[in-house]
Amino acid sequence: MTATQAPGKAVGAPISRVEGGLKVRGAATYAYEHRLHEPVYLYPLQSTIANGRVTKIDASRAEAEPGVVVVLTHENAPKLASTDDKELAILQSGDIGFRGQFIGAVIADTFETARYAASLVEIEYDENEPDADFRADRDDLYTPEQLNAGFETDTSVGDADGAFDSAAHKLAATYTTPREHNNPMEPHATIAVWDEDELTLYESTQGVFWTQKTLAPLFGLDAGKVHVISPHVGGGFGSKGLPHANVVLAAMGAMLVPERPVKFALTRHMMFTVAGYRTPTIQRVRLAADENGKLSAVSNDVVEQTSKIKEFAEQTATSARMMYDSPNIKTTHRLAALDVSVPSWLRAPGEAPGIFALECAMDELAIECGLDPVEFRIMNEPENDPESGLPFSSRGLVECLREGAERFGWNGRHPTPRSERDGRWLVGSGVASSVYPVYSMGGNAATVRANSDGKYEVEIGAADIGTGTWTVLGQIAADELGVPFEDVEMKIGDTTLPNASGAGGSSGITSWGSTVVEAVRSLREKIEADHGGNIPEEGVEATAKMPKNPHSGDFAMYAFGAHFVEARVDEDTGEVRVPRMTSVFAAGNIMNAKTARSQFMGGMVMGLSAALHEESVLDTRFGHVVNHDLAEYHIPTNADVGEMDVSWIEEDDPYVNPMGSKGIGEIGIVGSAAAVANAVYHATGVRVRELPITPDKLIS
Amino acid sequence: MKPYRYERSEDVSGTISTIAEEPEGAFLAGGTNIVDLMKLGVMSPDMLVDVRRLTPDDVEETEDGGVRIGAAVTNSDLAAERTIRSRYPAISEALLSGASAQLRNMATTGGNLLQRTRCVYFQDTTTPCNKREPGSGCSAIEGHNKNHAILGASEHCVATHPSDMAVAMTALDAFVVTHGPDGERRIPIEELHRLPGSEPERDTILEHGELITAVELPPTAFFSNSKYRKVRERASYAFALVSVAAAMDVEDGVIRDVRIALGGVAHKPWRATKAEEALRGEPVSEANFRAAAEIELEDAEPLSGNAYKIPLARNVIVRTLSDLSEEGR
Repeated sequence: MTATQAPGKAVGAPISRVEGGLKVRGAATYAYEHRLHEPVYLYPLQSTIANGRVTKIDASRAEAEPGVVVVLTHENAPKLASTDDKELAILQSGDIGFRGQFIGAVIADTFETARYAASLVEIEYDENEPDADFRADRDDLYTPEQLNAGFETDTSVGDADGAFDSAAHKLAATYTTPREHNNPMEPHATIAVWDEDELTLYESTQGVFWTQKTLAPLFGLDAGKVHVISPHVGGGFGSKGLPHANVVLAAMGAMLVPERPVKFALTRHMMFTVAGYRTPTIQRVRLAADENGKLSAVSNDVVEQTSKIKEFAEQTATSARMMYDSPNIKTTHRLAALDVSVPSWLRAPGEAPGIFALECAMDELAIECGLDPVEFRIMNEPENDPESGLPFSSRGLVECLREGAERFGWNGRHPTPRSERDGRWLVGSGVASSVYPVYSMGGNAATVRANSDGKYEVEIGAADIGTGTWTVLGQIAADELGVPFEDVEMKIGDTTLPNASGAGGSSGITSWGSTVVEAVRSLREKIEADHGGNIPEEGVEATAKMPKNPHSGDFAMYAFGAHFVEARVDEDTGEVRVPRMTSVFAAGNIMNAKTARSQFMGGMVMGLSAALHEESVLDTRFGHVVNHDLAEYHIPTNADVGEMDVSWIEEDDPYVNPMGSKGIGEIGIVGSAAAVANAVYHATGVRVRELPITPDKLIS
Repeated sequence: MKPYRYERSEDVSGTISTIAEEPEGAFLAGGTNIVDLMKLGVMSPDMLVDVRRLTPDDVEETEDGGVRIGAAVTNSDLAAERTIRSRYPAISEALLSGASAQLRNMATTGGNLLQRTRCVYFQDTTTPCNKREPGSGCSAIEGHNKNHAILGASEHCVATHPSDMAVAMTALDAFVVTHGPDGERRIPIEELHRLPGSEPERDTILEHGELITAVELPPTAFFSNSKYRKVRERASYAFALVSVAAAMDVEDGVIRDVRIALGGVAHKPWRATKAEEALRGEPVSEANFRAAAEIELEDAEPLSGNAYKIPLARNVIVRTLSDLSEEGR
C-alpha cells in the first residue's frame, strides 16, 4: 500500500505506482482486453516480396471458411482521404514497398479462424529485385533535408579536418550499430469500432492525441470524431509513438463491419515488420587531441538507413556537437533509401547509437593519450554548450563521473588491458558518459477540479507506458495543491480529456507536469477571486494551457550521466558477462525515487542488451529480418543482469520547468553500451567496434 | 494453424495402429516444439495422438545395472533424478542448460529427442527450405548461417540439432527403445538422428508411427565423471553455439577411456569418435586434448558466418577434458 505522504511532500518520495495493484491482479485493462459486445478478429495478410505489386488475390477459399466475416484487400478497401504518408496509406493500390507490408486482412469470428483463413488466401505478385543492402560505400547515399526532431543534417564549427591532420594524438575508427527492433511486452494492439461517422480506438499508444491527429485526416474526419482510449500501455520504447499501419488496418477493417468491434494485435513476428525499428548506423568517428589530452577536433560522419516509401533520418551525431569542448566539430548524416520497412523511434533515437560511437572513441583516445578515461573526459568538459554557445542550465557530468568512480571503485584501476583474471575469466572495467536533451512538447492543457469534500481531480490526455505517469502527475498536483497525495485522482489516456502531447523524447513530465502546475495555479486564483478562498458546494474547476518556459533560448538544457561497468570474458569461449553496473545521473529534481530508479535501470539493461545481444539480421535477398522472434533475437535474461547500482546527484535546475525536473526515460540507455564495450576491451585487449559484442567476435 | 483432430488412446499398440493409418498424423507429448511449428505453419498434421500418458514417466534400474528412462519423464524431473545426477551428471547438466524452467516442466524425454532441427528459414514458411519443402532450395547456405552446421552438412541442408540432452546421451552410449508397426527395437542413440544428405526432411531414422518408449543408459562406471559445457550468447534460455558433453576415465595420469559428443555443430548430436580414439591410452595433457580436438575438427567446413565455431569447439573440448581430468583424479 502507498504510505500516506504529508501535504507538500509527495514529489521525490518513493511512492509505489498507483495502478500497480491493478496490474498485479490482471485488472488493468490493456487495449486488447476491453470487453465489448460481439467482437470480431482481424488477421493481416502481409507481403512476401519486398518490391513489386500484387497482381491477383484469390480469397475464395478463405471466404468459404465458416466463421469468416470478410476479407479485406486493396480491391475492396476504403479509399483514404489522405495518402501522403506511404507507410500509413495501405491498401490504396497493389504496390509493395517492403516485405511484410500489409496487403489485406481476414476478419472472422475467432482469432484462430482469421489466422487459418489468412493462410488460405492466394496471392500473386509481379516481383522486382529488392534493394536492401545497407553499406557505407553505396553511390546513391543522399543528404536528408533535416533529421528527426528537426535537427540540422550537417554541422561544422572551425576546421575539424585541418585540426585532425595536425594533431599530436588522434583516433579515427568506424563503429557500427545494428538494426534493432522495439519489442515491448505488450505488442501493438487495437480494438476499432465505427459507429456512423465516428471512430473509436482502444489503442496501445504513447499518445492518444498523436493517434487521433494522425488517423483523423486519413479517414477525412474532424479530430473530434476519432476517440482514442488508452489507459494502460505495456511499454512502447518509441514504437507506439508515431502511429503505424496496424492502426489504419484495424480501422479499415472496422469500416467494413460497422458497429462491430474489430480486434487486432500484432504477433511477435509482426513486431519485426511494421512497428518501426532503429536504423543500423555506420559511424566514422575522428577525434584529435593536443599533447596534454585537450581535444582539438571531434567529428562523426554517419551513414544510416531509411525506407524508400517514407523518410526517417535518425539524429545520430547530434550528441557529438555538444558533449565535449573542442574548437573544431563536424558532423554529417547520409541516408541509404532501401526497399525496407520504415525505421522510427527506439528509446533515445540519435543519442543511443551516437554516444556508443563517441564514447568508445573517447576511450580509445584516452588510452592513446595515456590518460585515465575518467580524467580525460573531465579535462574536456566545456564551459558553455559548444554548439549554441549558450550556458548550460545545469551540467552534472563531472559530478556523475566522480561520484560513479567512487561508488564503483574505479580509482586504482590498472590501466593495462588483460591485467586481471579470475580463473578462466578475463576481468575488465569501462566507463562512458551519457546525455539526453530536455525536451518539452507543445499543445498541452489540463483541468483541475476541486470538490467540496477536499478531493481533487486532474485531467490531461497523457500516457503511462509503464513509466509512472499516473503516479507522478498526481504527486506534482498534490504538492502544488498542498494536499495529501491520496486526495488527488488522475485521469489520463483518453481523448475526451484535455489535449496532451505523447510520451516521447523523455518529455512527458516536463510537458504535462508544467501544465498541471499551471492548471493548479489557475484553480487557486479562481477559488481566491470567485469564491473568497473557499471551495463551493458544487466544486470548482480550472483549465490551463502549458505555459511557455521563460528560460528557453537562454540555456542549453540536458540531463547527464556516467556508467561504470565490470565485464568478464571467458577466454576459451568469448562469452561476456556483466556482473555489475554503476550508473549515476544528473537529471534535475527526481519526481519519484522508486519509479525513477526503475526507469534508469530499465535503460541501463537495454544498453547492456544493445551491447551484447540485440541485432535484427536482414537477409538482403528477401528483404526481411530473419531472426524475427525472441528465441533468435536475444535480449538479456535475468541471469544476464548482475548488480545494478543506480543513483543520482542532487541537482537544482530552476530553468528547465517549474518542477526542476529533467526527463529520465531515455538517458539510461545512452552510453551504457559503450561502457560495456570499453570494459570488454579492458578485459581482453580486443576492441570490438561492431555491436553486438557476441562470442564469435572475441574467439580466437 | 490448420484445424486438426486430437486423439488419445489407452495403449501403445492401439496408438501405433491409429497413427499408422494417418500418414499426416503426429505424436504429441509435451508439445513444446510441434505446437510452435504448427502455429508457424511449418508443420500441419491433420491428427495429433497424445502419447504423454502412454509411456512410462519414471526412471528405473535395469538388469545390467544401467537405467531405463521412460519417454514421458519430463526434462525437469529427469534433471533432478538422483541416479542421473550422481551417475550421469552430464545429462542432468545438459537438461538444466536447456530452454526455460517452464519448457522443461512440459518437455519429455522422448519429445526432446525428436525436436526438429533449428534454422530461421525452416521456421519461416515464406522462404525456401529443403527440409520443409523438399527441392525448394536451402536459404541458409548463402544467408544467415551463424548458428549452422560445420560438420556433416550437405548442399541441401546445414541446420543443427537443438537438443542439449541428446548430446549428453550420445556421449554416454544411450540406447533408444521404440515401438513401431514392426514391433520393438533398440537403437544406439548415435544412429537415431540422421545427417541431412539428400533427404533433409528426415531428421531421424524412425518410421512413421514408431514411438519412443524409453531411453536406456549403460552401467559404465566412469560416466559419473562426465560433464556438459554449453556456450551460448546469453546466460540462459538460448540454444548452444557449441556444446560439449564428455566423460573420462583417468588412471595414473593416463586416459583409460573417454567419450566426447558435440552439440550445435551438426544436423545431429556429433559423437567425436576420432578425438576419442586419439586420446585412449594417452597421457592427460592440454596438448593432447588440443591435438585430439583438431583431429576431430579437421573435416569441419565452415559457412560464411560460422567459422568461429571451429576454434570455439576446439577450445571447449580442451577445457571440458581438462576440467574432467582434474575432477576425476
